Amino acid sequence: MTRFLRWALATLLAAALTAAAAQTVTVFAASSLTDAFTALAHSFEAANPSVHVVLDFAASSTLATQILQGAPADVFASANEVQMQRVTEAGLQTGPPTPFAGNRLVVLVPAGSGLRAFRDLARPGLLLVLAAQQVPAGRYADLMFDAAARAYGADFVQKVRSNIVSREPNVRQTAAKVALGAADAAIVYATDADGLSGVRSIGVPASLQPTILYPLVTLKGAAAPAAVRAFRDFVLSPAGRTALAGFGFTAPP
Amino acid sequence: MRARLSPGLLVGSGLVLMLLLVLPTLALLLRSARPALGSALLDPTVTAALRLSLTTTAVSLLATVVFGTPVAYLLARYAFRGKVVLEALLDLPLVLPPVVAGLALLLLVGRRGLLGAPLAAIGVHVAFTSTAVVLAQLFVASPLYIRSMKAAFRSTPRSLEAAAITLHATRLRAFRRVTLPLTLPAFVEGCVLTWTRALGEFGATIVVAGSLAGRTQTMPLAIYAELERNLDAALAMGAILTLAAFGLLLLFRRLTRSA
Repeated sequence: MTRFLRWALATLLAAALTAAAAQTVTVFAASSLTDAFTALAHSFEAANPSVHVVLDFAASSTLATQILQGAPADVFASANEVQMQRVTEAGLQTGPPTPFAGNRLVVLVPAGSGLRAFRDLARPGLLLVLAAQQVPAGRYADLMFDAAARAYGADFVQKVRSNIVSREPNVRQTAAKVALGAADAAIVYATDADGLSGVRSIGVPASLQPTILYPLVTLKGAAAPAAVRAFRDFVLSPAGRTALAGFGFTAPP
Repeated sequence: MRARLSPGLLVGSGLVLMLLLVLPTLALLLRSARPALGSALLDPTVTAALRLSLTTTAVSLLATVVFGTPVAYLLARYAFRGKVVLEALLDLPLVLPPVVAGLALLLLVGRRGLLGAPLAAIGVHVAFTSTAVVLAQLFVASPLYIRSMKAAFRSTPRSLEAAAITLHATRLRAFRRVTLPLTLPAFVEGCVLTWTRALGEFGATIVVAGSLAGRTQTMPLAIYAELERNLDAALAMGAILTLAAFGLLLLFRRLTRSA
């Protein structure tokens, strides 16, 4: 028994020491950043072997709610300014948010789909899927429909909206519904189409595109503030920009 | 030597878990007990979700009773080849993660699904409709009813039915007048469990039916969506579901004790 206790204590002590040596940066990032931030974190960890990056991806609205409820995030990368504001209005940031990437909307359809153009979304009986209203991708889609109402008339948008069959909890789930063949079309980011097979994207006219901007902020209460700053600087660095561009994100204005 | 452990020891060691099981509900109800939540209940998203949850669970419960009772009777009273496998298959939805259940259903009734593709060819669409909500509820909840009724049919002595038949009752009449009353507590239990499970269904529903206010957004889905938009509405709906579930469990206790 004493031998077991001694062994257990030694193991615990070793674990505690390793944990103290390895610094952790917890990053909460928008769903659409899943692939890009996973790659960024790998490059960052390769350059900083003593730092471990923990990633959590969900809708920015979900992440903002979790941060407001005390989730231990060190960095928040949001897909729009509304969700970023919820966090900054609570005064949880250590500095001002910085825009680090842009994006654009596309219509995602199955590869064999007969849909060709944006205006085909008004076809009756089409199963159209959007992200939820509070989710940035869903909010951008609503803004796009507002622009479409001005350009093509309220009647067109009325027809498109009547085709909406679901508003999904985040943009990746929205894209997945098309990839699974369950929906005929989804409004997602151009970057979401890249990693999926069996799908293609239809462009949304430039005149209808909302301004999509991703802000990033560091948050209070980090256990390793220097490592957190280093991660932020890495995302904003030329190397970070290049990596993001490789995943289809545009440069912020 | 004492025959029983002292209540003090039992309470002390059980207290941790009991607190863990009771306190979260208490926290939800305390936070919800505000007048502002009354007005949150009038939010159109909330009323639509409430209506949809009540209608879909009513349909799925009815379908469970109509189709589940014969299944339970069959499994309790007859022996046949492959019965063990069939019983395991029918219990599977209970242990399957709900999101897997939703994915399986979507691959069945989705636009390019096993049944969905031929159905789409004749213009019938199931995925993303209220029908899909009911399917998800049936899939995850009806096995609970079947289990309850199966056990009840098994424990009802066949000799009682046989006696009724020798007294010139028809088979159906014997079943209705003898077997059914004896299985009433199990019937109530099965219905309560199935209904509350269907009412709380989230994972399978959001995958196969999606989330659209008024059409497929049931209460749990609306709570999840409103968490990020209107916390009061989410709290109000959470409190309603909690109170309804608790009320039903209490009622069930009373009924089975008196039976």
